[in-house]
Amino acid sequence: MWFYCIVASAVLVATSGVPGMFLGRRSSGGQMLATAMVVAGAGIGIAAAFAALLSGAGATVQLRGPVPELALHFRLDPLGAFFLVPICLMGALGSIYGISYWSQEHHPRTGQRLRLWYGLLIAGMALVVLASDAIAFLFAWEVMALSAFFLVSTEDHKKEAREAAWLYLVSTHVSTLALFALFALLRVACGSFEFRLLEPGQAGLGLRTAIFLVALFGFGFKAGMMPFHFWLPSAHANAPSHVSAILSGVLLKVGVYGLLRTLTLLPAPPAIWGGLVLVLGTLSAVLGVLFALGQHDLKRLLAYHSIENIGIILMGLGLAMIGQARARPDLIVLGLAGCLLHVWNHSLFKSLLFLAAGSLIHSTRTREIDLMGGLGKRMPRTTLLFFVGAVAICGLPPLNGFVSELFVYLGLFRTLDRSPGAALAAPALALVGALAVACFVKVCGAVFLGLPRRDALRPMHEAPSTMTAPMAVLAAACVLIGVFPSTVVRPLHSVIHLWNPSLKEDPALGALAPLAALTPMTLLFGGILLVLFVFARVSFARRVTRGSITWDCGYARPSSRMQYTASSFANTLVELFRSVLRPRSHEPKLSAPFPTATSFHSRVDDVVLQGFLAPLWHQFRLRLRWLRVFQQGSVQSYLVYILVILFLLLFLAIPLKDTLRAIVGTDVP
Amino acid sequence: MVSLLNALLVLVLLLNLFVLGTSRISALIHAVALQGVVLASMPLIVHGHLVLPTALIAIVTMLVKGSLIPQMLFKGLRDAQIKREVEPIIGFMPTTLLGALGTAAAIGLAAKLPLAEGHAQTLIVPAALSTVFTGFLLLTSRIKAITQAIGYLVLENGIFIFGLLLIEAVPFLVELGVLLDLFVGIFVTSIIIHHINREFASLDTRRLSALKE
Repeated sequence: MWFYCIVASAVLVATSGVPGMFLGRRSSGGQMLATAMVVAGAGIGIAAAFAALLSGAGATVQLRGPVPELALHFRLDPLGAFFLVPICLMGALGSIYGISYWSQEHHPRTGQRLRLWYGLLIAGMALVVLASDAIAFLFAWEVMALSAFFLVSTEDHKKEAREAAWLYLVSTHVSTLALFALFALLRVACGSFEFRLLEPGQAGLGLRTAIFLVALFGFGFKAGMMPFHFWLPSAHANAPSHVSAILSGVLLKVGVYGLLRTLTLLPAPPAIWGGLVLVLGTLSAVLGVLFALGQHDLKRLLAYHSIENIGIILMGLGLAMIGQARARPDLIVLGLAGCLLHVWNHSLFKSLLFLAAGSLIHSTRTREIDLMGGLGKRMPRTTLLFFVGAVAICGLPPLNGFVSELFVYLGLFRTLDRSPGAALAAPALALVGALAVACFVKVCGAVFLGLPRRDALRPMHEAPSTMTAPMAVLAAACVLIGVFPSTVVRPLHSVIHLWNPSLKEDPALGALAPLAALTPMTLLFGGILLVLFVFARVSFARRVTRGSITWDCGYARPSSRMQYTASSFANTLVELFRSVLRPRSHEPKLSAPFPTATSFHSRVDDVVLQGFLAPLWHQFRLRLRWLRVFQQGSVQSYLVYILVILFLLLFLAIPLKDTLRAIVGTDVP
Repeated sequence: MVSLLNALLVLVLLLNLFVLGTSRISALIHAVALQGVVLASMPLIVHGHLVLPTALIAIVTMLVKGSLIPQMLFKGLRDAQIKREVEPIIGFMPTTLLGALGTAAAIGLAAKLPLAEGHAQTLIVPAALSTVFTGFLLLTSRIKAITQAIGYLVLENGIFIFGLLLIEAVPFLVELGVLLDLFVGIFVTSIIIHHINREFASLDTRRLSALKE
């Protein structure tokens, strides 16, 4: 029954943008209708997902197509339901946020198609986590991937957005190609396109390792794991903010889902697989946060933080896989709980941060951190909500990021007795946390504190309530999971049980981690903070305040542009990791006593994209220039190519000898 | 029954040659519409006795191929204000000769193919092969976008004839699939015609090469 509810909700969400296509470009009716449909569909989806999570049961449905080979299988089980929750929640909240952020009235050219693809993206993701055979999975996967492409290219009049969308399209197809290989290998192993557990006798270790590596590549590409992350920052930065929130908060997790699902199909993973995932996760986490430090663009910075958090999620997964190989239920439970809970948490706080960033961009009309400033006073609600998200993403108590990272920490400490190599990831995680704090101190300081660096006189408006309300919901969820972590134990356990059914009874999460103690501690901690805050407010309110430049270095005529910038704040750390980040800067040279006007700028490019792929692509273009002969731009010659290929395929497909024999009429040797 | 079917298929083959030989686009559209109507009547003949799904296919095919698509094409013709195809890539006489050669080859090939019992004495396979070939000839040798759309139509007619072989096995799934495909194809092409015309003030598909990278 719940399953049909989900199908109905997917249809509702998928078609949400359609009515708007028939209404006028300036009418807001289609937009309201689309939002209502997405919210209704997502509401049903969340209810069904929670029902499946709490009951732990699954439901299977087979859709028979016209061709007998092509039956699509869908199944709702706890693992899929777990991922369905953020998909539906963020789908609904993003849609509400979009009412004001990307209103039809202000974006008549792009609004309709944005909503069309938005609905398809959400429905596509929902179907991916429901699919239980390769064909259905790939169908849904492509719907999702292509909708995301059209969403990234929403502002296709900007060159930057077009390039980002193009890079995304190429990357997503590489990922899909790997998935084709993955499902072909799975079919070789078990003889069916349906997802079912391989028997240990069905596939040798070599084949299973090949399946695992291809899955890690394909899904890792989608999840933005280092070193396959290079498409992510530009795509997430150039999409409209509520779409970035979905892409970063939810779409990346679909990659994680795919990896988790594939691992449920493979029996007896060796420890080295877990080690590989743990190493790649640690690498992503550390490098992601380092690159985030070097960014000047607020949304690119947040996108790099997504890579960092995907790293943390993969660390949890790697830990669980090591536990599975070593038959250590405690590691499985802690690692998987950290991985899964961080999936939820990251989707909450990263979406919150992207939405808040969207509000800032909406009112300042720039993504450059160094052009913002002093927004704390002008946009107090957005500031508070961004701050909540920042504390959560840094993994600080009393918010939710802390809980999931705590699971990973505890699990890593428990590896000390048997495989101390894995425990080395714990200090790396600590490094990541510290760098994340530094990064968000930089952002909060530069954006919210100080004085406006530009347009000081332009009135900045606080975001309307349709934009702040979705953020408030997300912030409340962050606080709820942070303060009452025991609420999520039940859903986590039903997924853990599904993921590892060999565990007769898995050790309770509450026994492995001090969850019960967290609630009073965080309440106390939060209470103290609140008292301090109120006390500070009251005592500052009594004093006389005087506005001035934050840091004037003793200049006679300081201006607000002379404040500390975000880049200068991060410079120490960027220089410290210069060997990895390779920052490039253009510094002015002062030669004469009265120098002319000059400029300074610095940037941190992506090391994989600019350092490796761009030169490679350049070489490709140079070496393969002769192939251009075939691209004449004439439809007729393209059709001839098709004809030629058709004939070639025909000759390949037809058993040539038999045909020749039939034609010639005699025996051909 | 077989002789009636073969007579109709010969008509289709003749129409193929006419399509290749004419330069007037309105005559072209009329010929293809006629071909469509002839094709639409074939499921009834092949199937032998009248059943509802087959009749439905015949009626829908007739409406789409005989009326709807020609009307769309004529509308495109009016919008673009053209009457004839001038300077094709390969001339009218050579393409007609090629088409005749192709038809002969198709008949020769089909005679040697290991076909099922019932299909060997009909002209279905050679007519299908020849019509597909004609469609390809039109597509590759003509310049105007609207002639290309007609080439696509002829190509699909060929596939439709192939579908007749399967009509006993998979009654109307194939047909409906083909029809839908065809309709969408023509729809898209007429949009493209409109856009090429507006953008380049001509229907010459060679202008499209200006768009290449």
